[in-house]
Amino acid sequence: MALIAELLFGLITVAAFFLFGKNLLAIRRNILIGKEVNLNDEPGRRWKNVLLLALGQKKMFRNPLVAVLHIIVYVGFIVINIELLEIIVDGILGTHRVFANYLGSCYDLIINGFEILAALVLIACVVFFSRRNIIRLKRFISNDLNGWPRSDANAILITEIVLMGLFLLMNAADPASDFIISSHIKPLLNSFSTTQLNVIEHSAWWIHILGIYAFMNYLPYSKHLHIILAFPNAYYASLLPKGEMHNMVSIQNEVLYAMQPELAPTNATAPEKFGARDVMDLSWKNLMDAYSCTECGRCSTACPANSTGKLLSPRKIMMSTRDRLEEVGKNMNKNSQFIEDGKSLLHDYISVEELRACTTCNACVEECPVSISPLDIILELRRSLIMEESNAPSEWNGMFSNIENNFAPWKFSPDDRDAWTTQS
Amino acid sequence: MKVSTMAEFMAKGEQPEVLFWVGCAGSFDQRAQKITKAFATILDKAGVRYAILGKEEACTGDPARRAGNEFMFQMMAYQNIQVLNGYEIKKIVTTCPHCFNTLKNEYPALGGHYDVIHHTTFLQELIEQGKIKFTDSNEWKGKSITYHDSCYLGRANEIYEAPRKVLESLDMELREMKRCKSKGLCCGAGGAQMFKEEEKGDKRINTERTDEAIETKADFVASACPFCNTMMTDGIKNRDEEIKTEVLDIAEIIAKAIQ
Repeated sequence: MALIAELLFGLITVAAFFLFGKNLLAIRRNILIGKEVNLNDEPGRRWKNVLLLALGQKKMFRNPLVAVLHIIVYVGFIVINIELLEIIVDGILGTHRVFANYLGSCYDLIINGFEILAALVLIACVVFFSRRNIIRLKRFISNDLNGWPRSDANAILITEIVLMGLFLLMNAADPASDFIISSHIKPLLNSFSTTQLNVIEHSAWWIHILGIYAFMNYLPYSKHLHIILAFPNAYYASLLPKGEMHNMVSIQNEVLYAMQPELAPTNATAPEKFGARDVMDLSWKNLMDAYSCTECGRCSTACPANSTGKLLSPRKIMMSTRDRLEEVGKNMNKNSQFIEDGKSLLHDYISVEELRACTTCNACVEECPVSISPLDIILELRRSLIMEESNAPSEWNGMFSNIENNFAPWKFSPDDRDAWTTQS
Repeated sequence: MKVSTMAEFMAKGEQPEVLFWVGCAGSFDQRAQKITKAFATILDKAGVRYAILGKEEACTGDPARRAGNEFMFQMMAYQNIQVLNGYEIKKIVTTCPHCFNTLKNEYPALGGHYDVIHHTTFLQELIEQGKIKFTDSNEWKGKSITYHDSCYLGRANEIYEAPRKVLESLDMELREMKRCKSKGLCCGAGGAQMFKEEEKGDKRINTERTDEAIETKADFVASACPFCNTMMTDGIKNRDEEIKTEVLDIAEIIAKAIQ
């Protein structure tokens, strides 16, 4: 009987990790659909970003109370997963609290620490759940989250609450245990016989570990993937000043060759596309941004366009990018390569009106706790609109022609540029 | 006022200390021209040898690039860099955060390498060096003011302190808006929005921002960008006839207090 349980557990463990690995590789493949961009310069500054932004969650501290709650969940998650090691070893070897033999009195201290964390995580998740569903903060009731994204967020919180509860219940039901939090649950279990307690302990143990495996395999489909991708996303975050737009070398050269034809190479070819129309025209970092987004909505709260009722929501830009990328990924799975499906990120997922509302103020970029730039995607799509489709509001066309003819965005004579020096 | 151009300096075989990049708003917009003149007056009084490009200056290409028209941007950049490099320009000061950002961050990749400084930082340096002296009874002393962060100065280039230090040097009482510095709310002009109608929504961005400024009950609103200045001035005008809070550029405030 015990052997069957051990075997079953081993099989489930292997399957859970295999499936998880497979899904992560699929996400990696999807991200690499994006265009190549070299983000390996200045490793010193990049590691600093990983330490401060990902590990240290610097941006979260723009709201200290939420930051502390989030840190609890995060530390709790990592630390309690160390206990998972013991659970897995116990499961495979059929042992019971295998580390206790080696750690002696330290073991109790460590488990007590885990229990305190588990209780804190449980409380923090209840607070988070009520912020979303009872206090109903504006960014959580936004239409961006209608449907699956809202259920996704709640599912994660409920799972966390249940998992922490099971961990504490498992310890409480262990007759030999006397730990700091679970000992307070013991009285509730007084009426059970030793055999029943044994069943409760084992059931809690099984549901806990199976829950964790399920959660792990839920990640690739969820906004919660940020717990993994926040780290590489911080490493590959742009090191440029926020105001700097990516240079388009192809157009720079085209202008240069037009002005100085003697510099033009004989084999110069024009690029096939300007800006981004679909996900494969964006950089792989833009696509990793999309998978890193946890849909918290800090960007959209800070966005001047969104907060004054415009259609644009930087969070929705990221969600649309991920949705389209997932669709392209499925298309590739089915056809072994991408087959044109008559759709694109621009127009089908992100509308012209959204793009036109952006003031490029960088508030969304500044706020993002996981180093995402929605602005980068907006600007690449704008480039496609103007340069591929000549799709501009008439005032912008006027501005372009003024710059071209009068060297200023307004219709003034260039001869009057220094007229202010002679006015009183 | 007498302002020398680079061409005039070159004819004499001389180089100025710094080139004053006036920008399109500063050159043509009637309101922004006052800022330009105020800054030029300060430079004169502080004894800074400066020049302008005059008719040789052209739009940096910022609004075209942000609208998505990279061709137009590259054309303007090429032309400007030819002129700037032709005059062997080393240092540029500008009163426009958009020109500042483009010249400083985007021209280097295209072969234009200059030491670019925004006028608020330049003013702070002049004050620290003692080159700007205020009159004993400057009219700003004790007045309250709220400073509106320009996105292209603040978040884009992380310049938050220089404009505030300049205002504090006048013994003004600085009142911060609800959202300031890295959390500062945009005036609504950036990303080429200045040159088109706002998309439909329930409030104009400049009204939203002006409301925050009015809430501080400060005597004045300070700006450091000609576009922010226009947006904030319009916002206040549309909000309430009674409220006549003036929106002033940092340069205009200094120019009035200088000896």
